[in-house]
Amino acid sequence: MTGFLLRRLVETAILLALMSFAIYGLIGLMPGDPIDLMMTADPTLTSADIARLKTVYGLDQPLIDRYLAWAGSALQGDFGYSRIYAQPAAAVIGDRLGNTILLMGGAFALALALALPLGMLAAWRSGRPLDHAINLVAFAGISMPQFWLAILAIILFAVILGWLPAGGMGDGSIGGSLNHLILPVVTLAIASTGGILRYVRASMREALRQDFIRTARAKGVSTARLLWFHALRNAMIPVVTILALDFGALFSGALITETMFSWLGMGKTIYDAIMGNDYNLALLGLMIATALVLACNLLADLAYAWLDPRVRYR
Amino acid sequence: MRRYARLFLILFAMSLCGPAFARDELRIGVAQYPATMHPNIEAMLAKSYLLGFTQRPITTYDQAWELVCMLCVELPTIENGGAVIEPLPEGSEFAEGVAITFTLQPDATWGDGTPITTADVIFTWEVGRHEESGVVSGEGYRRILAIDVIDDKTFTIHQDRVDFNYNAFNDFGLLPAHLERAIFEENPREYRHRTLFDTDSTNPGLWFGPYRVAQITPGAEILLERNPTWWGEQAAFERIRLIAIENTAALEANLLSGSIDMISGELGLALDQAIAFETRHGDRFHVLYKPVLFYEHLEPNFDSPILSDLRVRRALLYAIDRDRINDQLFAGKQTVALTNVNPLDWMYAEDVMAYPYDSAQAVALLEEAGWHEGPDGWRANDAGERLSFSIMSTAGDRSRELVEQVLQSQWRELGIEVAIQNQPARVFFGETVQQRLFDGLALFAWLSAPESVPRTTMHSTMIPTEENNWQGQNSSGYRNDEVDALIDAMEVELDREKRRGMWQRLQEIYAEELPALPLWFRSQAFILPLWLNGIEPTGNQYSTSLWVENWRVTD
Repeated sequence: MTGFLLRRLVETAILLALMSFAIYGLIGLMPGDPIDLMMTADPTLTSADIARLKTVYGLDQPLIDRYLAWAGSALQGDFGYSRIYAQPAAAVIGDRLGNTILLMGGAFALALALALPLGMLAAWRSGRPLDHAINLVAFAGISMPQFWLAILAIILFAVILGWLPAGGMGDGSIGGSLNHLILPVVTLAIASTGGILRYVRASMREALRQDFIRTARAKGVSTARLLWFHALRNAMIPVVTILALDFGALFSGALITETMFSWLGMGKTIYDAIMGNDYNLALLGLMIATALVLACNLLADLAYAWLDPRVRYR
Repeated sequence: MRRYARLFLILFAMSLCGPAFARDELRIGVAQYPATMHPNIEAMLAKSYLLGFTQRPITTYDQAWELVCMLCVELPTIENGGAVIEPLPEGSEFAEGVAITFTLQPDATWGDGTPITTADVIFTWEVGRHEESGVVSGEGYRRILAIDVIDDKTFTIHQDRVDFNYNAFNDFGLLPAHLERAIFEENPREYRHRTLFDTDSTNPGLWFGPYRVAQITPGAEILLERNPTWWGEQAAFERIRLIAIENTAALEANLLSGSIDMISGELGLALDQAIAFETRHGDRFHVLYKPVLFYEHLEPNFDSPILSDLRVRRALLYAIDRDRINDQLFAGKQTVALTNVNPLDWMYAEDVMAYPYDSAQAVALLEEAGWHEGPDGWRANDAGERLSFSIMSTAGDRSRELVEQVLQSQWRELGIEVAIQNQPARVFFGETVQQRLFDGLALFAWLSAPESVPRTTMHSTMIPTEENNWQGQNSSGYRNDEVDALIDAMEVELDREKRRGMWQRLQEIYAEELPALPLWFRSQAFILPLWLNGIEPTGNQYSTSLWVENWRVTD
């Protein structure tokens, strides 16, 4: 187990180093640089200004030199400054990551809380009206565009009913933040629930066909116990793989929801950083998102052994 | 029991109404958050808007587009003796310079009580001209040869040339020497990262406008409160909240839900959205439209054999029904352009060649240019080459995408084939326009100042090339010796009437030669609550927030 973990950690470190180079290169190859963007905003900039600013921002150096300088500083814990937020990139990402964990964590928990019982129920009542009804809801959630759902939610709950704020981060108090979280969390959860529910349903249907389920039924095990303790545990192995991928991706944020609700999360920050040619911020944001995806996959691997004692780590 | 039930119902109903705000706070929705609050680093509309509340430039252009004093007492001119032309030493780039004497407002004080003095002016100049400070537009600072301090409030600036704009110090964003000098001197290269404007934005000593920054939520909200040391007229609101909501649909929803009171025109809804909003909610809000200095145009690439032909450019313009597009898409709120000079500018000339919609004239010009309609309906020349090119713009800009479709359709009627090829803004501006990679027309806008000499966009030395490292903004590649000479001459001509003649000639050439196909000047839409008065848009790049003390609440 320890050897497995160490090996995975080394693999993760190598992958992150390769990713940092690939991301830096890709951002560098995109057309335009920060100074080009400044030129479009200020037509009075002279050639001398542009040349001076390129030097100040280090953009007159070859890409590989800039990457090596960044990597050297990053190894010492200095991830540079964000150009579009005028703050250290790590501080910007730190704030945004916290917001994203609140938003995406809440949405993920809500989606899971809805998808697990509904998926089980649909599998248990497979082919019957309840199954069809649950499937209909799931497909509605999957197919509804998030921006449209967000607009509907804002119009209904903020404009017409006036129960909830239309967006923003609140006044910093717990109550204020929770109030502002409800609409984006619910919007995101509706979109995720359908997908998870379909996986749970398919996996549970497979598990419910197994011999050990028939045996358990013959032994008189109650339906609830049969579903929750016998079938679900076996059905969860493929679902955990999907959840791990989804959960990791959650940390890279939800661009549309964050934009619609003015929620300052990772998705919007990474998008703005890439579009605004903010190398340091984009790089750090994408690296953290990558690291979290890798960490979640590691957790999924560990969860397999818990779910299925036959799994051994070598 | 019934009484408690009634009380509960009343409280419940009150909770549905949302929080009640007194009129001592104004919440303004803006679609952008400033990347930095430093006055001279980065150029952003959101920052200009914020600084209008919290600082004052030395001079600015007002609603009548006249240069006026804000931080100075009297505008120095050559006529009133405040500015004096002086000879420069031999070997200087120009033979004459100008000495301009300003006196700062006697009561002008930073928010921490420290008087604003000439020490701040000197410090700002030092930062501005330093190669490593990261100040965006350094040209204005480098033109200053020296600053003589006369007393704490009076100084004389010696400039290395005499141009008609000699006394305009609109972008000289004053910095507090008592707070920033030590940080700057410690490490000029790192100054842009360490400035208090970004590391301690709520420090009252950074601000000297009617408001100062009291609290920030980076990326989301800036709370401004009245500055107790403000020397001018008291503003109406105790607090102003700038709430950044980038998505305009969400911005609208926030306004309707009461989360914000108004949407700024400078950073708010697109014109078509504002028109639709007014149709639906015009009874609850006052929508104020103002044509501005955003010149929307079609830039032809003069390297294209098709578009370098003046007859084709004229035909294309004759074939666009700009008045109809303006009426249909923008409810007639934009100002159709004759040239790149805005009708609100004093030197605007009406008596230049105009291109009203005239498809017959367009056909005649195309025939004359050798583009004849074939059996397939498309025009081609004698060599069999089809009259075909692309039109490019910023992807995702709904107004421009609609306009492109109308242009494509109107030109198709004359047998001109146009392919729409849009790109994300950063690719379009960062590479395609800058490196002149468009093969036909590029649709975009220029933002300029009142009486802005079009050196960067029309002078032949400003054509971006690989040799000059793609510097300059004459992306069409237009060259005209007379235009170059006019631009060089008008910049240094102090006599307004003589300049009027030069501007007249420049507009005539523009209209005749069409270095770009003029479309219209964009309008901004301010969505205001019915109880707010006194907001008077300038139509130029200077924000309404510079006159916040005129904003008043009326019942």
